[in-house]
Amino acid sequence: MSGIAIFFFWALSIVALLAAFGAIASQTPIRSALSLLTTILALAAIYISLYAHLLGAVQLIVYAGAVVVLFVFVIMLIGPTTEPSKPLATGLIAPVLSICVMAGVSLSIAAAVGSVSPELPTLEGCANGVPECGQFGGVRAIAGVLYKSAAVPFELVSILLLVAILGAIAVARGRTIGEAQKKKAAAAELAPSSAE
Amino acid sequence: MIGLGHYLVLSALLFGIGSIGFLTRRNMLIQLISIEVMLNAVNLTFVAFNRWNPQNQTGQLFAFFVIAVAAAEAAVGLAIVISLYRLKKSVHSDEANALKH
Repeated sequence: MSGIAIFFFWALSIVALLAAFGAIASQTPIRSALSLLTTILALAAIYISLYAHLLGAVQLIVYAGAVVVLFVFVIMLIGPTTEPSKPLATGLIAPVLSICVMAGVSLSIAAAVGSVSPELPTLEGCANGVPECGQFGGVRAIAGVLYKSAAVPFELVSILLLVAILGAIAVARGRTIGEAQKKKAAAAELAPSSAE
Repeated sequence: MIGLGHYLVLSALLFGIGSIGFLTRRNMLIQLISIEVMLNAVNLTFVAFNRWNPQNQTGQLFAFFVIAVAAAEAAVGLAIVISLYRLKKSVHSDEANALKH
């Protein structure tokens, strides 16, 4: 691995970690969403540096293009007054304890796997140092394995997305104006009869 | 030299950051964003292992399915947040107690 690749790895890692920290630590959700976007961009660059070109592109399209936009839409829809202004005075022990436990777990995992360094295998069909290598993570390779060995899960994912769309509509859809008026009229009709 | 362990360490740290955010924040939008950070960390693990086992593309395949499930999860989660906001005028997860009793 050349020197510039090592530099890019460290730069992208630091950007991803700082942006992830910003995503969970910022007070306003919109800053959080933009920090998530930065993390996603850095991870897409890391995927491309791992020769997973198609996955990097999908990461950009699906996460940066759809998920973050959906988050921003919802944050704009709900408005900036979502964060309660009162400080979280009650239950300071639980957040501190969860921070300690999760930081301990993640750091111990990091310390355990940090020394794992098997030899980097060369990719078939990739000349040494040529970045344009479509044999490993390009469209043809991924499409081949996706449609040959995972065709049924692929179709099941389409059903999953359909169900998720229907569920999202059913959950987020408010009562329409016609239904609200009908219900109000029914309530007004019931109220005087029960009063008598 | 950047080895497999470097990517695994980065992934573990990202997952830890995401889980800390999910456990400590009480804004449901930020909790959903933390879940996305955790899913991205898992995807990084899949892609890194796949790079060190390049005879097949199974890791990238799993990362694809994780991305699809994450998109579905974000859509449904944000729909629930909108519905909760309509009910409570708040996205504070401590106030989501409609199913408590």
